[in-house]
Amino acid sequence: MKYVDEYRDGKLAREIAERIRNEASPQRVYHLMEFCGGHTHAIFRYGIPDLLPDNVKMIHGPGCPVCVLPISRLDTAIELAVTHGVILCSYGDMMRVPGSRRRSLLKARAEGADVRMVYSSMDALKLAQDHPDREVVFFAIGFETTTPPTALVIHQARKLGLKNFSVFCNHVLTPAAIGSILDSPEAGELGLLTLDGFVGPAHVSTVIGSQPYERFADEYSKPIVIAGFEPLDLLQAILMLIRQVNDGRSEVENEFSRAVTRQGNERAKQIVDETFEVRDTFEWRGLGFVPLSALQIRPEFADQDAEKRFPVEYRSSAENSACECGPILHGVKSPRDCTLFGRACTPENPLGPCMVSSEGACAAYYSYGRHQESLIASDNSE
Amino acid sequence: MTKRTEYSHALDLQNGRVEMAHGSGGKAMAQLIDELFLQAFSNPWLEQMNDQACFNLPPGRVVMATDSHVISPLFFPGGDIGALSVHGTVNDVAMSGAQPKYLSAGFILEEGFPLADLQRIVQSMAAAAEEAGVAIVTGDTKVVERGKGDGCFINTTGIGVLPDQLNLSGNRVQPGDKVLLSGTLGDHGVAIMSLREGLTFETTVESDSQSLHDLVAAMVAAVPQINCMRDPTRGGLAATLNEIAQSSGVGISIYEASIPVKAQVSAACEFLGLDPLYVANEGKLVAFCPADKAEQLLAVMQQHPKGKQAAIIGEVTADPLKFVQMETVFGGRRMVDWISAEQLPRIC
Repeated sequence: MKYVDEYRDGKLAREIAERIRNEASPQRVYHLMEFCGGHTHAIFRYGIPDLLPDNVKMIHGPGCPVCVLPISRLDTAIELAVTHGVILCSYGDMMRVPGSRRRSLLKARAEGADVRMVYSSMDALKLAQDHPDREVVFFAIGFETTTPPTALVIHQARKLGLKNFSVFCNHVLTPAAIGSILDSPEAGELGLLTLDGFVGPAHVSTVIGSQPYERFADEYSKPIVIAGFEPLDLLQAILMLIRQVNDGRSEVENEFSRAVTRQGNERAKQIVDETFEVRDTFEWRGLGFVPLSALQIRPEFADQDAEKRFPVEYRSSAENSACECGPILHGVKSPRDCTLFGRACTPENPLGPCMVSSEGACAAYYSYGRHQESLIASDNSE
Repeated sequence: MTKRTEYSHALDLQNGRVEMAHGSGGKAMAQLIDELFLQAFSNPWLEQMNDQACFNLPPGRVVMATDSHVISPLFFPGGDIGALSVHGTVNDVAMSGAQPKYLSAGFILEEGFPLADLQRIVQSMAAAAEEAGVAIVTGDTKVVERGKGDGCFINTTGIGVLPDQLNLSGNRVQPGDKVLLSGTLGDHGVAIMSLREGLTFETTVESDSQSLHDLVAAMVAAVPQINCMRDPTRGGLAATLNEIAQSSGVGISIYEASIPVKAQVSAACEFLGLDPLYVANEGKLVAFCPADKAEQLLAVMQQHPKGKQAAIIGEVTADPLKFVQMETVFGGRRMVDWISAEQLPRIC
């Protein structure tokens, strides 16, 4: 397939892997975090760990929007559908995520709530046009990549004079999450988190540009390479990070120059800015409350804000105490370290956020069987 | 063929709709059977109008399979529920190595369903049955109230006969066996997906829905040592390989680069975030045979119109952990696990 196969070329991959092996110093271990769940997924799907030397370790970050949405916000969405009788429109991968008492949107639908799976925010707007007698709420989640389409439908609804459409906004911010990981007392005090560099998500940077990451390079001395989601992009980014570490540099480099600029997409940033403002604080599954890490709809658009339109209240909900997703999302533990993993917690019956979406680290470990490889190793040695 | 009764008005096959009376056992039902089902499926067993069919079978073991079809939408590029309901059961029978002979057909119709659509479905079933060399010899029709069905559900049961020298089963696969696939993956699932509400995208991909009885006949005639055949429908190739690995207590290794996938299917999967290994097929089979017969079997498959793109996609390994693994195009290895839930809602 054109524009895809070029980035999955096995021969080129082996050449880059060879360079990584030659340039990675055997005297040290490189701890590199891929922030985004899409990267985590690609790493396992293409078997990239097999191509890396043992001293280059990939640590999986919290960049999975479904995973980090707190139970309380999901409970609110379910409440909108059940108690307030709205047509609740959600992206597909949100549907199976368990909220309190393991109740999910799919289960609510089975009990009679009107929950629709949509593929874009525009589908939700169309439902509102088609059902003028019903309240339609778009359950908006995601990082900076999905925020501009949400802003667009809010403007469009106003332009069309739609009185029955609103948005339940849960958009979150990538740089705030990276800042939270670097500042995390958990990681800092325990001294557990060693991070030598970040692979930044290219799709987010097509919107916000590479500039917002510069402070991590400057203030925290962490190299960052913004990378695409194809396996060759990832390998190239890993090589670039190793070179920065070896040279003692900490810069923001752009591997995805085919679409990312320093400034990003000015028009997208502008409409986001016109529509949303930054929340004082927001709860993340696994990270807790993170200041200035999420967006809310500006008061000018209160009519389109489901949180203003419906009397909803938040009840913070506790995670399963044995769940290790917090430390996993911080990069200090691996899914294999969790006692629930693969036993009480599986993709069919997820307990923690990292297992709920295919982009979560635990789900990627589980689906692509990395947890089983230890079995293969032990089996072969017998 | 003569009708049992003269009816005051012929069925309105253009504008008429299914009514509760069509399933009530009375005259309306008799007319539906006479003017629609009997016309289309015409054969000596059905025309006897008994509650059962009575037939002789050639020598050999009798093979039986059943499949219910609840697909939405009912009509899709490359097929419809009628043809699919024949192909599905014919293929389930054929995967044993048997030649399918007879089918039953049970319809559950929703009140209000257009008779024109029903006629289209029934005619498509008849054509599919003829192509597969099977007769639809007995049937049943029920009607449910409006809102309690999804237009039309069809159950078919098939019977076939298996020659003595063939022994194919999911638990007979041996380490060292080669894994052969008869053609491209994911065509059916992607064709269905392209029509789903809220997800209409333009594609030229058609469902691969087809009967594999003739391909199977050519394969078992040339290589009777085939250990197992399956058609990878729901859950895709990944589910089928895991089933076999479990049943036979073996591991399976496949090579991503050797698995045929159409460019359009690959592109659709790419932007929908799906993996072709998990997407449904309705006209493909996977076969396991001893390594020394693999090239011969491959040649037979490739000479058949339904197996032109056949490929050897992997091999069976001795592995007490019964893992299915794949060598990626990228040179890494990964597990191919069972799917945890449907990738697509209700596709067959």
